[in-house]
Parts: sequence; structure tokens; C-alpha cells
Amino acid sequence: MNSNFTFDWSAALSSIPHLLTGIPYTLLISIVGLAIGFFIGIFFGLLRISPSRWLRVPAIVYIEIFRGTPVLVQVLFIFYGLSDVIGHIGPLTAGIAAIAVNSGAYISEVVRGGIQSIERGQREAGLSLGLSRLNTFRYIIWPQAFRRMIPALGNQGIISIKDTSLFAVIGVGELVRQGQIYIATTFTALEVYLMVALMYLAITLTLSLLLRLLERRGLVGQ
Amino acid sequence: MSHALSTSATAHRDGESIVRLRKLNKYYGAHHVLKNIDLDVSHGEVVVIIGASGSGKSTLIRCINGLEEFQQGQLRVDGHDLRPYGKASRALQTIRTEVGMVFQQFNLFPHLNVRDNITLAPTKVKGMAMPQAMEIAERLLDRVGIRDQADKYPSQLSGGQQQRVALARALAMEPRLMLFDEPTSALDPEMIGEVLDAMRELARDGMTMIIVTHEMGFAREVADRVIYIHQGEIVEQGRPDEVFDNPQNERTQSFLSRVLKH
Repeated sequence: MNSNFTFDWSAALSSIPHLLTGIPYTLLISIVGLAIGFFIGIFFGLLRISPSRWLRVPAIVYIEIFRGTPVLVQVLFIFYGLSDVIGHIGPLTAGIAAIAVNSGAYISEVVRGGIQSIERGQREAGLSLGLSRLNTFRYIIWPQAFRRMIPALGNQGIISIKDTSLFAVIGVGELVRQGQIYIATTFTALEVYLMVALMYLAITLTLSLLLRLLERRGLVGQ
Repeated sequence: MSHALSTSATAHRDGESIVRLRKLNKYYGAHHVLKNIDLDVSHGEVVVIIGASGSGKSTLIRCINGLEEFQQGQLRVDGHDLRPYGKASRALQTIRTEVGMVFQQFNLFPHLNVRDNITLAPTKVKGMAMPQAMEIAERLLDRVGIRDQADKYPSQLSGGQQQRVALARALAMEPRLMLFDEPTSALDPEMIGEVLDAMRELARDGMTMIIVTHEMGFAREVADRVIYIHQGEIVEQGRPDEVFDNPQNERTQSFLSRVLKH
């Protein structure tokens, strides 16, 4: 251990304004990526429980591929690989796409589990009242299933937010990247990475708190 | 008490049965669950189906509103033919709007309060305006004896209250036929009476009812006809006094001696 090392508080504090410029990118990739991932998840989650094998198999293939490969490899594949094939893809777009397809695979399984957790009698009650299958799903199954999905969706949100840190390698100006840039001129890695870590924590704790409030409200009437 | 919703049930169409089953057969894989069932139910009739668990009595009434598919035979409900193998059809949709069902486990919608449980189907299926649906809900809740609970959620009610809400929910569609699948089997003993009372009143108002139950005293009292099912076959049927006091088939005799002993 380096005995004359001291933690430089002023270096840590003075890095904050620079680091904050990365947060909009981190949030943009997370929010847009997860929003798209949510719709991908609903789509493939529903296909996954379809009685038709022709719909089920593509969903399983999608889920296994994007759940079974690292996000980092996915974003490199999109940014370098796909850019060669279909033309230039910017780092921000590549990052959003990677979060979308990756979280979409996990969310598909969350959606499937949520829907399958609803008792069969709920569907039967809806159908027996004359509701169409679509309306039974829309008014009876989905609202209940969605409430049960909230904790797992929150979990995925937190994981994906942290995954965006990997996109520093393709040059997205997000939090980690801004940290690296700052450290390159100040050589204060300990202080800056601590601040970076605290900023991630601030984002994820905020999300945790929101989820807890949502769950508490969602429990009414269950 | 209110007769507001009994009109559709008492509008008899003379001569034609509301339910007509001919040689109905159902299989679960190799297991033959229902065997050549012939059944006619007339308008306003109360039919009680009894039998041991696993005899196929629940499966039979679940075929009538298409919750279970059948493989062979004819099934006609209120003039609409249901197709085998559960194929979706307009008839199936029509039948479900005309046939109400009360389940053993109530199956209320836990995310909706009592009022919304009742108004959902009339507004979404029939396109009824919300104020009118709410008025019907209030009237039905009054009729089944749970006034002032409309804002509560199912989990805040007792089992007996939940089952009466389930009854009100089915009645809100003004069904021409009501199916009851062991409506009191999941209830604590002290709550069975209140549910049976509500059903009794419905029968008195002229509703056509097919009831699967183990409540033999109730069956004897309200049924126009009792049907005994054994291993997927209708073994015996007749007026309650005939079936209960003088059963002809030895299987019926042995079943009744077991269930009536205590």
C-alpha cells in the first residue's frame, strides 16, 4: 500500500460538474432502451405462451440468443459489425439498441411468468361472462399480471442502467466515459471512480424507491 | 324482493329446451370423461346434478358454456349449436353472453372493486352505459343481500359475500341460464346458508338453473329434477323425491347411502 497516498476530497468534488455531463447519456440510453425493451418483452412474452409452435419457437430462439450472450458483445456486434453491413450506426443508437434487445429478452420471460401466474379461474370467469379473449386479457389478466411483474421489471431496470456503463468502450459519453476522460488529465482515479459509483447508486436507489412506492400502491385491493 | 332481472328467465319459448345435449362424448386423452350424455333442460327448470367427485358432473356443465371442449355429439344452447373440439364460433360467444356461471372458487377479479366486478361485462360486452350498469349493480347487490359493499375489494369480503358478488356479477348480464359449479364447496359451513338462500330466491323467480352440488338437502328442496352421474354416465334421473327416497339404480343407492348417512 502506498503510505503517502491521501484521498483528495477537492479532486473528488471538482470532478462532479464534469461527471454530471455523462448522466443525460446514461439516462437516455437506459430509458429509451428499456422502453423499447418493454415492448419487445411484451411481444415475445406473448408469443412465448402462444399455443402455436410457429409463434413460440421464434420467441424462444430470440430469448435464448439475447439472454445468453453478453451485452458488451451485443453492442460491439451492432456498433462495429452491423455498421459495416447496413451503414453507420452511431454509438448512442448502438447502445440504445443493445439495451433494448438485451432487456427485451429478459423482460419476455418476466411477462411470460407474470401472465402464467394468474389463476386459470380468472380467464374462465372473464370468458364465461361473454368477454372476448382479447378483452379478458386486457381487463382481467394483464392488469393483475403487470402488478406481479413490477418487482422483476424494476430489477431489470437496475441491471440495464448499470449495463450502460459498458458502452464507454464504444465512446458513448456516458458516466464512466466522462470519468475516464477526467482522469486522463487529473490522474485521480480513486476519487473520480468513487464519485462515478455514487452517481450510479443515486440513480438506482431513486428507481428502487419509486418501485417501492408503486408496489405499495399496487397492493391495494389484492 | 326485486324481480327486476327475472324477465329474461321467465320469457319461456314453449316447446323448445334451452339446453339440448345428444350423445355428447368427451375424452381427456384416452380417458372417456363423458359418455353419450343426453340431456334436455326446459325454460325455468332447476336441475341438480349429483355424483361422486371425478364423476364428470363439473365437466358436463363446463361443456355447456364452452369452458371445456367435447369431441362428439350435439350441444345446443338456446338455439345455438356449439361445435366440437372447442372451435371458436359466433355461437360460442353468444352462448357465453346468455349463460351465467358461478364457480367453486368464486373467481372474482381481485384488482377490481365489487362494483367494477359487476359492471365490467355489461359495459364491455353489451356496450351498456356506465350509469345504467352501476344502477343494475346496486340493485343486484341489494338483491343478494350485500348493500353498501360496492366500493370494497373482494379480499375485504367473507367467502359467502364473495360468492354472492359472483352471483350478482353473473346476473348483471341478464342470463337466460345459470350454471353453478359446486358454489358452496369452498365456503366455511356458517356461510353456506346465505349463498343457498340467494340461489333459492333466484329459482323462485323462475331462473333456469343447472347446479352441481353436494348439498343434498338443498337439492331436494329446490330441484325440479335430480340427475345422478356415475363415471361419466347419467345413471338415474327424476324428481327429487323419486331419486332420493326411492332410487332405482344400485349405484345411486350406494352413493346416496354414503352421502346421506351423516
